[in-house]
Amino acid sequence: MTTLNDVCRHVRSKNAGPYWVTFDLFFKDEDSFERYQDSKALGPDLFKRLFDADPALVKRFPVPSLRMVKISYPRASAQGGVVERDMHSGQQFVRILDTELDD
Amino acid sequence: MLDAPVKIIVPVGSLGAGVREEEIAYGIAQGATAIATDAGSTDSGAAYLALGISKNNRGSVKRDLTILMKAGAEAGIPLIVGTCGQAGGDKNLDWTRELAIEVAGELGIHPRIAALYSEQDKDELKARNAAGRIRPLPPLGPLDNDTIEACDHIVAAMGAEPYIAALEKGADIVLGGRTTDTAVLASFALMKGAPAGPAWHAAKIAECGGQCTVAPTSGSGVLITIGNDGFEVEPLNEGNRCSPHSVSAHMLYENSDPFRLIEPGGVLDVTDADYQQSDERTVRVSGSRWDTMPYTMKLEGAGTAGYQTVMLIGIQDPEVLGRLDEFHDNMLAVLQERVRSTMGLKDDEFHISLRLYGWNAVSGDKPPEGTPPPREVGILFVATAESQETASQIAKACNPYFFHFPINLDEELPSYGFAFSPADIDRGPVFEFKLNHVVEVDDPCELVRTDWTDLSKVEAA
Repeated sequence: MTTLNDVCRHVRSKNAGPYWVTFDLFFKDEDSFERYQDSKALGPDLFKRLFDADPALVKRFPVPSLRMVKISYPRASAQGGVVERDMHSGQQFVRILDTELDD
Repeated sequence: MLDAPVKIIVPVGSLGAGVREEEIAYGIAQGATAIATDAGSTDSGAAYLALGISKNNRGSVKRDLTILMKAGAEAGIPLIVGTCGQAGGDKNLDWTRELAIEVAGELGIHPRIAALYSEQDKDELKARNAAGRIRPLPPLGPLDNDTIEACDHIVAAMGAEPYIAALEKGADIVLGGRTTDTAVLASFALMKGAPAGPAWHAAKIAECGGQCTVAPTSGSGVLITIGNDGFEVEPLNEGNRCSPHSVSAHMLYENSDPFRLIEPGGVLDVTDADYQQSDERTVRVSGSRWDTMPYTMKLEGAGTAGYQTVMLIGIQDPEVLGRLDEFHDNMLAVLQERVRSTMGLKDDEFHISLRLYGWNAVSGDKPPEGTPPPREVGILFVATAESQETASQIAKACNPYFFHFPINLDEELPSYGFAFSPADIDRGPVFEFKLNHVVEVDDPCELVRTDWTDLSKVEAA
């Protein structure tokens, strides 16, 4: 089974203001981008399951010129709250690397 | 329309991060007519706004200010700094202005300094909210007065207009409170008559200084050249270069939308932007669009959400490490019960979390079955309560259990590795952002107060 880590050369996560987190998925080649950029496995449910995001607010933007997909979602609690474990959300990308992709 | 392209030095991603004197000299030699940088953002959390303090140390900010003020004075070009003191609240801005005055004295220069204050009065905001002029942004809902009251400081992010007004009145140095990163960098070109699309897009690309270059760590800043039909960007370090990829990829950075960026008074739309290598080091960008919208300013508010006390232990005992999730769950239940029974606190009056560094502290999820045990873990105990005293008492109540909790209840008590004595550290308040709203304004300057320090007049008097 193909995972996100197999088809991307770089995946990163970062806060986009105090209320949003954004993931950048840079695919390793044109073929991988075309094949997996709209994979259902990378849909709102993934972000609901892993990060408790509201699926209705998850946004997804393919950027073909950079062979990448940007996915953004609102945080379950604002940056820096009582239960904060990753102030800049810079390590959250690791949790999606093993996601198994469908064509 | 511009008579000639406008060149602006963006010396660094954030004032205090380390500008390079030779890069500024290069930019001025290329014909730059302004230096612009921001000095903060919300990125590092709410503490800096809530407390009105800088994230950077005083010496770093003073060093960067000294280099930039000296270069600006010698070249006779303005220096523009936004979001002073990390959060851009009034206290953050006062701190930066005092530093600038001190630096001017040391350099023997006499600039006219405009300080743009954008911190907001709570009663004024309540009145505007009641008048329906404050709107929520997702994921938050409508604003209520209690939320306004719960903030220690509230700022409105300025657009370019207050900067333009100060520059037109002859400011040599503009020090801004909270401002969108882009507005700080776009203001000078907009004042000169540059079209909005290229001016705002260039500002977005340059907002983090050298981050949009091929080798971001090799230099600090960039030079943007804004013309009537596009802009160019090149690194200030002559050994570095920009590529269409490095520049276009920066539109992704810390943005939830890679194509549209909402700013005070409009939206930058780069859907049709074209990025071309124009020489070895420079990228030319065209096709950037600006669509005017009703003028709004984003509100940021920070306040306290409880107080915390922390403790840290290290564990290398292989038996504990082999059953970490079980150990975590059992210990947490015992600590919570200990607080209930010895302090009489109810469940909604305290919060304890145990974060297992070396296992799953960053995410808090359970690692998959079969994950090999680590060689050691550090467990950070975090107690949160309404007062520092209560948080501190919770830690003290938990201390012996945290220190001695066994993996097998029928065995002798172990002792884990405390790093400090006393073991508990009062961490202070938890600061939270509480607003994600915009306020509609009729005039871009109506929520901004400009205060002048004219050092030439002070000298003359």
